[in-house]
Amino acid sequence: MSRYKKPVAIYLVLLLLVIATGVTFAQKDRADIRIVVVSHGQASDPFWSVVKNGVDRAAQDMKVTVEYQAPQTFDMVAMSQLIDAAVASNPDGLVVSIPDADALGDSIKAAVAAGIPVISMNSGSDVAEELGVMVHVGQTEYEAGLGGGERMAAAGVKNALCVNQEVGNVALDLRCQGFTDAMTAAGATVEVLAVDLADPTDAQQRIAGALTANPDIDGILTLGPTGSAPAMAALEEGGMLGAIKLATFDLSPEVLAAIRDGNMLFAIDQQQYIQGYLPIVLLTLFNTNLNTIANDVLMTGPGFVTQATAAAVIELSAAGTR
Amino acid sequence: MAATASATKARDERLTESSLLKRLLSRPELGAAGGAILVWIFFAIIAPEGFLSLRGTASYLEVSSHLGILAVAVSLLMIGGEFDLSIGSMLGFAGVVMAILSTVLGVPLYLSSLIALALALGVGFVNGYMVNKTKLPSFIITLAGLFIIRGLTIAFMRLMTGRTQLGSLDSAPGYAVLRAIFGADITLAGVGFPISILWWLAFAGLATWLLLRTSVGNWIFGAGGAAAAARNVGVPVDRVKIGLFMLTAFAAWLVATIQIAVVKSADTKRGEGQEFISIIAVVIGGTLLTGGYGSAVGAILGALIFGMVRQGIVFAGVDADWFQVFMGAMLIIAVLVNNFIRRRAEEARR
Repeated sequence: MSRYKKPVAIYLVLLLLVIATGVTFAQKDRADIRIVVVSHGQASDPFWSVVKNGVDRAAQDMKVTVEYQAPQTFDMVAMSQLIDAAVASNPDGLVVSIPDADALGDSIKAAVAAGIPVISMNSGSDVAEELGVMVHVGQTEYEAGLGGGERMAAAGVKNALCVNQEVGNVALDLRCQGFTDAMTAAGATVEVLAVDLADPTDAQQRIAGALTANPDIDGILTLGPTGSAPAMAALEEGGMLGAIKLATFDLSPEVLAAIRDGNMLFAIDQQQYIQGYLPIVLLTLFNTNLNTIANDVLMTGPGFVTQATAAAVIELSAAGTR
Repeated sequence: MAATASATKARDERLTESSLLKRLLSRPELGAAGGAILVWIFFAIIAPEGFLSLRGTASYLEVSSHLGILAVAVSLLMIGGEFDLSIGSMLGFAGVVMAILSTVLGVPLYLSSLIALALALGVGFVNGYMVNKTKLPSFIITLAGLFIIRGLTIAFMRLMTGRTQLGSLDSAPGYAVLRAIFGADITLAGVGFPISILWWLAFAGLATWLLLRTSVGNWIFGAGGAAAAARNVGVPVDRVKIGLFMLTAFAAWLVATIQIAVVKSADTKRGEGQEFISIIAVVIGGTLLTGGYGSAVGAILGALIFGMVRQGIVFAGVDADWFQVFMGAMLIIAVLVNNFIRRRAEEARR
């Protein structure tokens, strides 16, 4: 019985220490402004880790207090409850991502109704305005695809594939749509190829098959690293690496290396670091100086990583800011 | 029994009255009750502004109510000596079934909710039947269930809609009925308290009554504590277990329906991880992993603690990175404290 006392005491002390460090982190900053970020991405996810680094750096630079909250999994119910809690704590600003406007709409409207300035980032550019959000900071998918199409047409591609690993996901369909519109405007053709996100081997075979079926294809756009890896493998196997121009959405170490080595034309970067950084700056400015942005959407993308910048971006990526 | 015969009080030792304090000390939920009070005081001190406000209270009670409904059913099942790792998947499954039926096929939402209930109860029955038939640990059977049900949910959703998320259910037929029953807010002093809190309390009350006041309750304790002995005295152990698996499936369906009514959308990932969190809530509530001992009230308190910590750290301004640390630490502390109290109680009784 008494042998339980010690471990219990140790655990209690440890728990209090954990709580105390957490609390002092929040209270060490003497600034009065307190901003809460509720996103759908965990800080352990490589993409969202960069967002959080942006948030943290902005908090440091602005000298304001910022708290980052996210549900443990992609759980929209838990996320709406986190927003409710954030609203109840009455912060000076709220930053949210909106991957599901149905699930989160009521909570966000409640925040706006409570007089809390709200900025959305990453997802939700199409619904931000009607929910009463001040401004959306992120990439609009159609424009990003459009930008990619313009670049690829400029590189001389006449017949392109748009490899979609998740047909039916509206955001991805919009990317292909924008790409197609830009290419068509430049007099080129685009064919959309659906592949399976969960099966890279099958995706590789389908891409290889499409290339054989249509030998005129001289360019491929993939909608993310899960599509670009099989595309690269298919090109390598067919000995067409570099001959057929490849480009992709979003960065990964493999993508960056391929661009540096000239095996890939460019990557479309939505620059999620500033999706975390800018809302904090904007909310600080609003709180101290009542400044607002006139646009509905502050576009962080499409940014482009090309062979000229790839080496530098690889270094920044290692530092967790790209 | 010579001592009894010669003693002045000639009563059977089983009938001796123990003091109120001793009876309290021997309750499984005592540790959780103390823990809930401590957690409440803790956040009341460090984050009084948000945590003590009515809005803040409504917010942690809502989180607790969703988890609590699951935890109450899981506590009964665990007292009955079994696990159900498939409830998180079942939650996602039930929601997706409702959304597909109503948005793709135009079935009124209350009707598709009943169809989802029938399907969920069917899966619960299969879980129980498989456990009885194969004699495999329910941990294995329902672990398989976790993956199969989640996989079916994703596969059907993609097959029917090509997507993983369905929204705008508030414009589906019959939504208003569902909203009124499962998703309404009860306004107290200008703050809306979700009706799910009432569902939670009603469900918990029913479970407690079942456990402590009916013969079915005794069967559950018997099935979990000593199944062979229970069988020998005529307890229908197999039927009790099937019933319990159907109860956890029912709870998963109830939470899925509440979530559909509140957030108006369904996605294939909903409910992920809830199977473990509800077990944590039940264990914090003093129920033994080995079965035969525990309480539904403890599960309520476990869920309440979880809800207070989950929302409390937002009020306190602690980074979400720390939440899982809290949860794990609390689990260990709760089990150690519960063990300590139980030993104390057993010694005191002698």
